[in-house]
Amino acid sequence: MKILSKICMGLLYFFLYMPIAVLVLFSFNSGRSTGVFEGFSLYWYKELFHNGDALNALCNTLIVAFLSAAAATLIGTAAAAGIYKFRGRFFRGALLNLTNVPMMNPDIVTGVSMMLLFVFVGRAVGASTSLNFFTLLIAHITFNLPYVILSVLPKFRQMDKNLPEAALDLGCTPLQAFFKVEIPQIMPGIFTGFVMAITLSIDDFVISHFTTSGFQTLPLLIYSMTKRTVKPDMYALSTLIFVTILLLMILSNIPSILEDRKKKYKGVNR
Amino acid sequence: MNRPVFRKFAAAPHIVWAALFIAAPLAFVVYYAFTDEAGAFTLSNMSALVTSPNYRAIFLRSISYALIATVICLVIAYPVAYIISRSRVRAQSTMILLIMLPMWMNLLIRTYSWMVIIQDTGFLNGILSAVGLPNLHIINTPGAVILGMVYNYLPYMILPIYSVMVKIDNRLIEAAHDLGAGGVQVLFRVIFPLSISGVISGITMVFVPSISTFYISQKMGGGSYDMIGDAIERQFMNNYNYNLGASMSLVLMILILVCMAVMNRFSDEDTGGVIV
Repeated sequence: MKILSKICMGLLYFFLYMPIAVLVLFSFNSGRSTGVFEGFSLYWYKELFHNGDALNALCNTLIVAFLSAAAATLIGTAAAAGIYKFRGRFFRGALLNLTNVPMMNPDIVTGVSMMLLFVFVGRAVGASTSLNFFTLLIAHITFNLPYVILSVLPKFRQMDKNLPEAALDLGCTPLQAFFKVEIPQIMPGIFTGFVMAITLSIDDFVISHFTTSGFQTLPLLIYSMTKRTVKPDMYALSTLIFVTILLLMILSNIPSILEDRKKKYKGVNR
Repeated sequence: MNRPVFRKFAAAPHIVWAALFIAAPLAFVVYYAFTDEAGAFTLSNMSALVTSPNYRAIFLRSISYALIATVICLVIAYPVAYIISRSRVRAQSTMILLIMLPMWMNLLIRTYSWMVIIQDTGFLNGILSAVGLPNLHIINTPGAVILGMVYNYLPYMILPIYSVMVKIDNRLIEAAHDLGAGGVQVLFRVIFPLSISGVISGITMVFVPSISTFYISQKMGGGSYDMIGDAIERQFMNNYNYNLGASMSLVLMILILVCMAVMNRFSDEDTGGVIV
């Protein structure tokens, strides 16, 4: 049974990682073929950095991710602070359901629906192009909002209700009580929401595809690279992205690994 | 705290935002679906979807491919989730991390990496030729499209099922064994009922993106196996027939709402493990 489980897990990981491994391998291929490995070379990496598209797209992606995550965190945290105080069950439920629509709806419907709005407004004001950087930013803020609210609202509910009241009794103004007492309490939720928003924004392709034109993010660049016959510089780009993710994952896990080590060490000493 | 009325105004920016950029766009989908290019009311977009055999085929294909992909994901994910949930606690987090890692790669890259392998002149056929075996034609078949869906969305099935299974008390399983239940009985009468909420959210999380995809069917199917997503994308990006595109989006949205409502009927409680 134990061996059977191990074989199952081995097959699963092979299935999950084999395509990525092949991509990495062929990014170092000296030829263009994806069937035969002709020899090791860094040619496609040079090619990738030679044209500035990738670096430009990376910059754009980070700008949109940071701005949209910051805006969504601000609006979403304020919203959670307000919603937490709502008495009316119906209105609160309706608002939360509406907020969750972009999360439940397939991405393509969210993207298309926003595109219709932007195009309609663009035509109404007579603009020549209605899709640009700002429509992309609006779209990203919109699909980030439910995730921020979803991670902040529970923190308000878990908070000890007596704390802000005590602050008020001790002479804080309501605003002071909010910023000095409540915000530190819900900070982990705000942080989770912000990080989640950044990663969602970096990763998004479908909604961006419909809500911008002329402004290129990394996923949009990859899409346009795979539209024509692909040159292996796309594999080089993917490899670099994978390595970055891997490093980030390892770095973010180092604290917990160190913690485990410490515990183990203590266990040995005892 | 004394004046909660003011506090509620904190939600005002969000309410305005949600009205402008969530509610209004949905209203536009409905508006475009039921009007023609001049803006006059018409049912022709909707009726075109029903009467055209082409669109009927697209809808049927989308539903069946998404269903098959979901079932395959469930069949693979269920035992995997079980194995992980019964492993040592320290090993569990590593195993889950390894399943999530490919998910951090963009869907486009993950899909394309399979194209590299199964293309007619790709890696797989390169190896087959090298060993002297006949080549396989996989790309541009329905199987390739479904493979792409399974590969991309499998983690969405494993994670919710795992997060429910890990909470199942081992003593319940032992008790069932002690009371004379065999392995199969334990699986169907103890483990499965307790994990149903995870299965339900897993099914939703695989089915919804599968049925609405367009990149996977474009790349793995080579454009010969159009799904709803392809049809919508084409109307918006190539044909510029927003009205027809909006009507398809509306139908897709309703289709998914109905599926979700049916799924929720199956789960009595929503304590499911939704991992985002």
